[in-house]
Amino acid sequence: MSNDATAPLIRVEGLAKRFTLHQHDAARINVFEGLDFEVRPGECVVLAGPSGVGKSTLMRCLYGNYLVDCGHVLVRHDGREVDLVSATPQQILGVRRRSLGYVSQFLRVIPRVPTLQLVMEPLLENGVAADEAECRARDMLGALNLPEEHWGLPPATFSGGEQQRVNIARSFVRRYPILLLDEPTASLDAGNREIVVRLIREALAEGAAMVGIFHDEDVRNAVATRTFEVAQYRAAA
Amino acid sequence: MNREPENVPEPAPLLQVDGLTRMFGHVTGCRDVSFELHPGEILGVVGESGSGKTTLLRCLSGKLTPTAGAAVFDSRRHGPVNVFELSEQDRRRLQREEWGFVHQNPRDGLRMRVSGGANVAEPLMNLGDRHYGRMRQATVDWLSRVELDIGRVDDKPRNFSGGMQQRIQIARNLIHAPRLVFMDEPTGGLDVSVQARLLDLLRELVRDLDLSAIIVTHDMGVARLMADRLLVMKDGCVVETGLTDQVLDDAHHAYTQLLVSSVLQI
Repeated sequence: MSNDATAPLIRVEGLAKRFTLHQHDAARINVFEGLDFEVRPGECVVLAGPSGVGKSTLMRCLYGNYLVDCGHVLVRHDGREVDLVSATPQQILGVRRRSLGYVSQFLRVIPRVPTLQLVMEPLLENGVAADEAECRARDMLGALNLPEEHWGLPPATFSGGEQQRVNIARSFVRRYPILLLDEPTASLDAGNREIVVRLIREALAEGAAMVGIFHDEDVRNAVATRTFEVAQYRAAA
Repeated sequence: MNREPENVPEPAPLLQVDGLTRMFGHVTGCRDVSFELHPGEILGVVGESGSGKTTLLRCLSGKLTPTAGAAVFDSRRHGPVNVFELSEQDRRRLQREEWGFVHQNPRDGLRMRVSGGANVAEPLMNLGDRHYGRMRQATVDWLSRVELDIGRVDDKPRNFSGGMQQRIQIARNLIHAPRLVFMDEPTGGLDVSVQARLLDLLRELVRDLDLSAIIVTHDMGVARLMADRLLVMKDGCVVETGLTDQVLDDAHHAYTQLLVSSVLQI
């Protein structure tokens, strides 16, 4: 394997995904098939196409959250490629912990854990000392303009935009080599969108690879290095 | 670029279950269940009443003898042993030293005639500790870890609420530093608000102590919160297994889809 700095961090080959809805007479929904693409360091590939074309489905396949019916999702992890399609659950959890971050639209966390602790978690799980983790988590929450009096509270009662910033803080507090961004700026105001755009660009400049869905055109134009039309791989019905 | 398999050595499983079957006459309790549990992992077993979850848990924890199959546990004392081939004495020692079992009903897991504190300390006594001051200190420490008022250490369990009894039961099952804890609907009989606090607490404790746990629940919310991985059971058989978020977000088996789609959204 080449350890070339420009080798793809994520490679998708021949991916097919369909849903079978057993509660509805085993209705089949074919989302895409034969889908190929790759993302190299410094690239931000934006998934394009109208609602329902399978952008979020593809993202979830890339995270191992959805099972695929055919093909490979090869992710660079600790210097080698791991195929998430055939990896064990333990391997997938390891890839998610160290190599593959995911910012969803929704914050799903343990209810009673304070915000600061939530942001420290990805660092602690990767062996960063507690005092350093706290320092970095504070810096990140501060950079995202989350009021300091909120940091000791669990985010359950926060506004949508505040919860989303907690989500972003968790994914940018350490450098994931690969980041999946599913509408990370959906409920943010213009000022905070700017900040997130800056974080994304900094990570790209340092060699991260990203796949994103952005409905906000300004954000998309500011971060995309190319777009990828999911519809071209639409499966025959 | 060629593909290399991930060859980071995986730690040996803590528990390896193979073909576990328990029949009650010709009624199936559970049939041909196989899985591995790794150190630090929390496995959720979900399914409706009567799907065989509790039978499976009772077999694994040595409370019920299976009709067929093996469960190899990597014990501190003996190394890997098939739980079902141990002598009664060795199995009881394994249960005492290395396992915990949290029942749905705290009355099944507590001794109701002795104080809450004595219930928590008893596992240490069973392991031969005779140092009163040290046991008392450990008991007080554990009562505070499960967020109970240490001023009530001498109260009998019946004088505590259901949620507090469950906290005592949890402390009693963790004080001896087990490696594997079995939990049967640990929050099943509690009010929703009490349940949420208890689940947070359990999760924190399991993570902090690096325990492995097998948790049986019919509640998909509990499964999502607690488990790394799920087994879905129906009619005594495992019909689907995988990472918790994958099984819940992209269920494949008809029965799992039914379970997931039946969850009420609030």
